[in-house]
Amino acid sequence: MVHLTAEEKAAITGLWAKVNVEETGGEALGRLLVVYPWTQRFFDTFGNLSSPSAIMGNPKVKAHGKKVLTSFEDAIKNMDNLKDTFAKLSELHCDKLHVDPENFRLLGNVMVIVLASHFGKDFTPQVQAAWQKLVSGVATALSHKYH
Amino acid sequence: MSLTTNERTIILAMWDKIATESEEIGRETLDRLLTVFPQAKTYFPHFDMNSRSAQLRAHGAKVMSAIGDAAKNIDNVSGALARLSEMHAYILRVDPVNFKLLSHCLLVTLATHFPADFTAEAHEAWDKFMSLVSSVLTEKYR
Repeated sequence: MVHLTAEEKAAITGLWAKVNVEETGGEALGRLLVVYPWTQRFFDTFGNLSSPSAIMGNPKVKAHGKKVLTSFEDAIKNMDNLKDTFAKLSELHCDKLHVDPENFRLLGNVMVIVLASHFGKDFTPQVQAAWQKLVSGVATALSHKYH
Repeated sequence: MSLTTNERTIILAMWDKIATESEEIGRETLDRLLTVFPQAKTYFPHFDMNSRSAQLRAHGAKVMSAIGDAAKNIDNVSGALARLSEMHAYILRVDPVNFKLLSHCLLVTLATHFPADFTAEAHEAWDKFMSLVSSVLTEKYR
C-alpha cells in the first residue's frame, strides 16, 4: 500500500495534467525495449525491433505504450487503492502474459526518466520522490495476485 | 560486460557536456538519491542537514570526478577505479543495491539537464556504463 502525502498527490496530478499520454507511453515502452533488450521477449509479434530507431518508431510499440500509460491513469485516479484497481490486470499479467514483476519496476523507472526529460527543472527531487512512490506502488499492485 | 564502440562514443560525447557542470550534476544526483531513497542517508550520518547543499556539492564533485575517470579510461574501468573499488569493499561497504539507486538518480539528472542528448540510445549506453562502474566498485566485496 502506498502512502502519499497531500503534497505528493498534488505533485503527481499536477504533472500528469501536462503529460501527452500517447507520446509518453510510446516513449517509455520504447526505451524499456532499447535499454533492457531482454524485455523484447514479450513482444515477438511486434515486428521490427532491430535497432533503437526501429523500436522508437514502431507503431505497435507506440500503440501498446499508449495502452499501458492510459491504464496508469487509473492509478492516478485511485492512488489510495492501487491493489483493487489493478487486481484484474495483475491476474492477467501472471496467468496469461507470464510477465516477471521485475519488469514493472524497470518500466516504472524508465517512466520516471521520460518524465524527467520532458519536464526538466520542474521534475524536482521532491516531484521525483512522489512519482517513484507511485510507480513502486503500481508495480506492487500488479504483482499482488501472482501465485 | 563490455561497451560497444557506439556506446563508448555516446558516453564520451555526453561526458564532454557533463564536464562543464559536473559539480552541479553531482550535487543534484546525490540530492535526488537522498530525497527519493531516504535510506541512503544512513551512509551519510555526518551530513549536517543545514549545510546539506554544500556537502552534497563537495561529495557530488568527488563522485562525478570518479565517473569521469571511468569514462576517460573506458577501455580499463577496472584499472581506473581500482583504488575506489578497494575503498568500497573494505572501508565504505555500501550495500550493492545502492549503486543501482545512485545510477538511476544520475540518469534522471542527465535527462533533466540534457533532454535532447539523452536519447533512447544514450539512455541505454549510460545505464550499461553505470552498471559496469557499479560492478567494478563491488567486485572486491567478497
